[in-house]
Amino acid sequence: MPAAAFETRDVTKTYGQRRALDGVSLKVEPGEMVALIGPSGSGKSTLLRAITALVEIDPGKGRIEVFGLPVQVDGRSTEHVRGVRARVGFIFQQFNLVGRLTLYSNVMIGALGRIPAWRGLLGAWPKKEQTTAMQALQRLGVSDYAGQRAATLSGGQQQRGAIARTLVQGAETILADEPVASLDPVSARRVMEALQELNKKDGLTVVVTLHHVDYALKYCRRVVALQAGKVVYDGPAAGLDHKLLIDIYGPEFDDALEAKTNAKFH
Amino acid sequence: MTDLPIPAPPTRPLAQRLTDLLVWGGLIVFLLASFGPVEMSKTPLLFTKADNISLFGRGFLHPDFGQGWRYVGQMFLTVQIALWGTALAVAIAIPLGLAGARNIAPPWIQQPVRWLMNILRSVPDLVVGTVFVVAVGLGPFAGVMALALNTGGVLGKLFSEAVEAVDPRPVEGVRAVGANRLHEIVWGVIPQVGPLWTSYALYRFESNSRSATVLGLIGAGGIGQVLFESINAFAYGQTAAIVIVIVVAVTLIDLLSQTLRQRLL
Repeated sequence: MPAAAFETRDVTKTYGQRRALDGVSLKVEPGEMVALIGPSGSGKSTLLRAITALVEIDPGKGRIEVFGLPVQVDGRSTEHVRGVRARVGFIFQQFNLVGRLTLYSNVMIGALGRIPAWRGLLGAWPKKEQTTAMQALQRLGVSDYAGQRAATLSGGQQQRGAIARTLVQGAETILADEPVASLDPVSARRVMEALQELNKKDGLTVVVTLHHVDYALKYCRRVVALQAGKVVYDGPAAGLDHKLLIDIYGPEFDDALEAKTNAKFH
Repeated sequence: MTDLPIPAPPTRPLAQRLTDLLVWGGLIVFLLASFGPVEMSKTPLLFTKADNISLFGRGFLHPDFGQGWRYVGQMFLTVQIALWGTALAVAIAIPLGLAGARNIAPPWIQQPVRWLMNILRSVPDLVVGTVFVVAVGLGPFAGVMALALNTGGVLGKLFSEAVEAVDPRPVEGVRAVGANRLHEIVWGVIPQVGPLWTSYALYRFESNSRSATVLGLIGAGGIGQVLFESINAFAYGQTAAIVIVIVVAVTLIDLLSQTLRQRLL
């Protein structure tokens, strides 16, 4: 049986007095498409970042494994971190592209973990990786902007560039932290469709945190809901009913479902 | 309308007003206390001894370009000293600037590097120059070394402050692909600070073209040495010609670096 895409066991993270994660155990199998939902401050971003050790969890029994390799043990990242990061694509709400570099260079950065270190330092990208990068940009429909500085592109174009970067990375899993929260509805739909396609056609595991519940219901089969750092729902999207959502979101509920009134509810 | 009392306008907190008083009051007290030591009481002499000044000034009205080409040649040497001094300074400042940035280096590296940069910066380049004159003899090389160390300290501090101000998100983006620390710096940090670093380096090249003049005082060669020779010889016509050469050269460098900066940003 292949190792889980990732598994967190009893993971806790405190910021000062506040518990961002409170004993979270979650296992995601390869090929799944999972939505992490919950009100702001519920810990979904922290959880996602902890998986590749961009956030260090509290010391103790909490443990995170990715592809069967321990990544965080007793609050410390292990020697596997960089190797695991190279296999996991991370998509950020603010895209996190280097604004002054061209879109092409940004996408080439995805190859850093796979090529000799000196080539990465000098930007001497191997021919094969160059082709992969242009292919990825074309697949996401942004190859026309390859030579432009990332900062000059629209949010949707930058986010699709960021997804292309994970393709060049050869990522087996994509973790997306609020990938569509700063995008207009049309760009948001394109980005979500791109993620869905990578999940269906390429068999990539996709875990995406979403503030708007309707995106979660529309694009993801499995939904995990967090509230105050605890998992309060983990199951099929169909199992989320109105009452449960009100319990999870509280007064934020209207805001979280705001887009639903405009979009068709699938 | 309503009978509610009108709220009072906001007042500055006492602590803030006290700080203001301390700063401005302190400045005024310091100015008054310094009046005597700097002999500000001699101000009227500017007018009573106006004749002396006009005598001195008359020499300047007739610049003597008899050795004009020599001056231009020496000015060019000064610019060359500034160029090498600044280039070496940049080479020193890049590692120092990165190692001295809080968001790049751990405190046990960052703090000592800060101290080192402070020392480099605070020792006057005249003193550093003299040390090198003693070590390697009179000449431009001593000037280059003096500029390199001093400017290295200044640029290192400016560079590290630029690094501390970078947007952490692109750096995190590079980290997330599994890049090592060096890759993070080359692809996440340098592209962000590049324009600012260039701008600082060009500015220091300009000001070093002037500083290199002063270094002539200690025999570090270039136009400065010629300048002091002419002043000591009371040859005001020649001094005037040299000053004109310096002003023209510095202005040209300023124009050039402005153009370069616009190209690079």
